[in-house]
Amino acid sequence: MNSFLGRPRPTAAVLLVLAVATTATACGSGSGGSGTKAADSGTYTVWDPYPQFTKGSAWTDLLDKCGTAAGVKVKRTAFDTSDLANKTLLAAQQGNSPDVLVVDNPVVSTLAEAGVLTTTEENKLDTSKVDPNLLAAGQSGGKTYGTPIGANTLALYYNKKVLEGAGVDIASVKDWPTLTAALAKVKKAGKKGITFSAIGTEEGSFQFLPWFWGAGAQLTRLDSAQGQSALSLWKDWLKAGYAPNSVLNNTQTTSWQEFATGDYAFAENGTWQLANARKAGFAYGVLPIPGASGGNAPAPTGGEFVTLPAQKDTARYTTSQKLAGCLTSTQNLYATDTTLSYVAPTTEVQDKQVAAEAELKPWVAAVRTAKGRTSDDLGTKYPKISEQLWKAVQSALSGSKSPKDALTEAQSAAK
Amino acid sequence: MSTSRSQLTIRTTQAPPPRTESRGAAPQPRRRPASPLWAAWAFLAPVTLYLGLFYAYPLYRNLDLSLRDYTVRSFVQGDAPFTGLANYRKILDDPTFAPALLHTAVFTAVCLVFQYAIGLALAVFFHQNFRLSATLRALFLVPWLLPLIVSASTWSWMLNSESGVVNTLLGALGVGPVNWLTSPSWSLTSVIIANIWIGVPFNLVVLHSGLQSIPAGLYEAAALDGAGAWQRFWRITFPLLRPVSAITLLLGLVYTLKVFDIIWIMTKGGPADSSTTFATWSYRLGFGNLLPAFGPGAAVGNLLVVAALVFGLIYVRVQRKQALS
Repeated sequence: MNSFLGRPRPTAAVLLVLAVATTATACGSGSGGSGTKAADSGTYTVWDPYPQFTKGSAWTDLLDKCGTAAGVKVKRTAFDTSDLANKTLLAAQQGNSPDVLVVDNPVVSTLAEAGVLTTTEENKLDTSKVDPNLLAAGQSGGKTYGTPIGANTLALYYNKKVLEGAGVDIASVKDWPTLTAALAKVKKAGKKGITFSAIGTEEGSFQFLPWFWGAGAQLTRLDSAQGQSALSLWKDWLKAGYAPNSVLNNTQTTSWQEFATGDYAFAENGTWQLANARKAGFAYGVLPIPGASGGNAPAPTGGEFVTLPAQKDTARYTTSQKLAGCLTSTQNLYATDTTLSYVAPTTEVQDKQVAAEAELKPWVAAVRTAKGRTSDDLGTKYPKISEQLWKAVQSALSGSKSPKDALTEAQSAAK
Repeated sequence: MSTSRSQLTIRTTQAPPPRTESRGAAPQPRRRPASPLWAAWAFLAPVTLYLGLFYAYPLYRNLDLSLRDYTVRSFVQGDAPFTGLANYRKILDDPTFAPALLHTAVFTAVCLVFQYAIGLALAVFFHQNFRLSATLRALFLVPWLLPLIVSASTWSWMLNSESGVVNTLLGALGVGPVNWLTSPSWSLTSVIIANIWIGVPFNLVVLHSGLQSIPAGLYEAAALDGAGAWQRFWRITFPLLRPVSAITLLLGLVYTLKVFDIIWIMTKGGPADSSTTFATWSYRLGFGNLLPAFGPGAAVGNLLVVAALVFGLIYVRVQRKQALS
């Protein structure tokens, strides 16, 4: 052993040290990041939450086309939507923000609060044609931080055959009592009533909001009598067996899978399931979610915003604005929203969508009455309220607390 | 997961030295020709650098994160004020703290006991080399080899209240449906069952290899002396397996303390926090909400690190004592 280590050791050691040193410096210059970007001013980065669109899809083709029109090369990265907010915060911390960021609407106010996004005053994005109720989700403190690329929302899908078998006329479903009566008939006929998602994440709050708002409750006061009536409605459905116990663990996808079995009369789900609905193999219809005593309940808006993160080199905004403007131009919105199965954010394109596909009519109606979760100037207060809201829904539905106690506790925790 | 696993393997291989030292053999005289000190440092450099970059620095950052008041704004701008132990006070006052502590303790203890007991029973069973024993043993490894997302999703399907196979079976036996994942009184039990199933193969493998090192002659001698199977187990197998058992339990403890994936996939820590442990709570604080609370999230994570460290130190202590005696 000693003889082996005798001579070659210093040489080996020197080599090792050199190797380590070079790797270390390589890492050091690599993580700088912004340096590489500045050097390559002809390349603009775009981040989006659409990993389902791979190279060669309509979306990436559109990105390339818009890049060519603006005279730059577009480098696109797709993230899982739940990952995108944290990745953006990290990138901003490192001075590495993308030039264009397409991001889920409730996250916009958080990113704005963090100082990551530019306002439309700074970046000159045109939002004049956008429906104000949709644009509100991207507004915070009187400023606008982007423009929606498309919107989706929730409505009730129903299975025509199940309703027919139970003797329910869908036209009779106008408010909560008539809906509950329909569910009772369906159960009597041996089928299952309604499925939705009440999971302990943002998805759960998203699905509960149409009922919460439909009762006339406000997010600023969770424990109002109206809020309690909405939670009691869900709770009573579970107790009576109109809704399965599994809703507590359902994501919107698993809830859809339950509906797709063909056993359920109703499912609360989104615009994005339309393509799957056609594949389900049974006749279905779509009904806007009814308010407690009639009318359409405001449903929360889903869908993404095109935003321009702040850059050190403010000269980049002109080109970024061109890219964002191209992505949200009337012609491109129509194409993009069709591939995403979204409702367009402008009346002009919405009318074009309905003309091409009558099936979208109830969805456009739902989107027009929809409401942003961070609207009403809630902004970054919304995430805290929402967490308490989904917790209250879980506590009440699982039977660990009464709807009243659950919401009272939620209200005091959300303050 | 894999990093901490390899880190721990390093620890296991390092564990023996104190024993050999104490077994006599005075410190070896330095027979090597005097070599320059810098060469020694150069050899140390890679591992020091590695430990510094990938262990010490992240740990320091996590500590720093837990001692500052981070908002999304200060996270980006990097000017979070130092607030001392405010984040720790915050999580101690949080109504989630007590239940999360209790769930972590129950989850870890129950999982460890069952994983070890079942693993040991299977190890002893497979130690008698019967036909197909190797094949069967390989089959038992499947839970360990499956990605956690697969096994956890499968468990959550099986335990589904309406359409799960478990409730269908119970129904056939005349037992009413159990809301495994959606009732606050069952959710912790459900994730414990799934985690035991996942942890058994690890215990089986380690304990089985521990059994191989017990000389067969001992059993023969005991059998000649008239010891029954039960006595052979308690008088030979169990005591001689003690060092292996200790390390198995310690590793199991560390893995179980930080189990996150299974709980998150099956119940998200719910309903109503009924299956929330420190690991899922830490994640939820840091990432599970649209508005991340990095400081408190890091604080909960650090509590977990401290807990694992305490048990690690106890293990080292016990080892040293055993070696000395």
